[in-house]
Amino acid sequence: MAEATELRNELQMITSILGGETHLFHELIRPYERSVYVMALSFLHNEADAEDTAQEAFLKAYRNLSSFRGDSKFGTWLISITLNEARSRIRRKNAVKIESLDEPTGEDGHVSPALLRDWREIPSESLERQEVRHLLQEAIGSLPPIYRETFLLRDVEELSIAEAAQVLKITAVSVKVRLHRARMMLQKSLAPQLKQMNSKRRWFPWS
Amino acid sequence: MVLECKHVWEHISGYLDGTLDSEVQMQVQKHLEHCEICSAILDSTRNILILTADDRVYELPLGFSERLHARLDKELSGLAPPEKSET
Repeated sequence: MAEATELRNELQMITSILGGETHLFHELIRPYERSVYVMALSFLHNEADAEDTAQEAFLKAYRNLSSFRGDSKFGTWLISITLNEARSRIRRKNAVKIESLDEPTGEDGHVSPALLRDWREIPSESLERQEVRHLLQEAIGSLPPIYRETFLLRDVEELSIAEAAQVLKITAVSVKVRLHRARMMLQKSLAPQLKQMNSKRRWFPWS
Repeated sequence: MVLECKHVWEHISGYLDGTLDSEVQMQVQKHLEHCEICSAILDSTRNILILTADDRVYELPLGFSERLHARLDKELSGLAPPEKSET
């Protein structure tokens, strides 16, 4: 219900902006500032580039607002623009450093998880610690791009499988396969590190 | 049919999303009930997904919003609204 109202409001706002009330664009994008920045940061790996990419994405969205058809959510459309902007910036940067946007080899290969005998819950409060945030950012940033973008869209931006497929221009089945691999890769790299941290120090005096 | 661990691993993501066929879902469920290792893999994956989805993982740089809206203001002011689409 709330979401439907929100979508209607967005469409009305867009119509008004196109009608000349351009200042409404500020309000339209406010809920998406973080999503766009995070998407950019996970590709560019540095804050200044990510911020610039995010700004460019918002400007592009403004300039192309009339081509927004409303057949997807505005947020999804905005994320597509950000993804394209980030990808093209990487391509320009890659004159120096090559990071392939294609499928890594071994696409059919299985990703084996890290084997553990037990798992002690890491509480969300642990994210107050820079060390933990950094560990997660590094792990996400180290995923091969096709897995990283799928993971971000689905598990960080919380798009549905269908929406992620639309943004990436791949099938829903591919989204599921890539998502599974991304999650297993993260489990493999993060679980042992988090477990070790967990045993070294306790998050709470009472735990 | 009894699933082996490595087959269960192939379904962890689908299990978490609830997108498995009901029969597979049940087989995985059964396996998890008696397999500590697979349970730990599932629990750690779920835990990691909760952590990575948390807004605190990525902080917006200080002044990000102010700089963004200032730049947008430059674009928005003085210029015509974005071109209307042809209908």
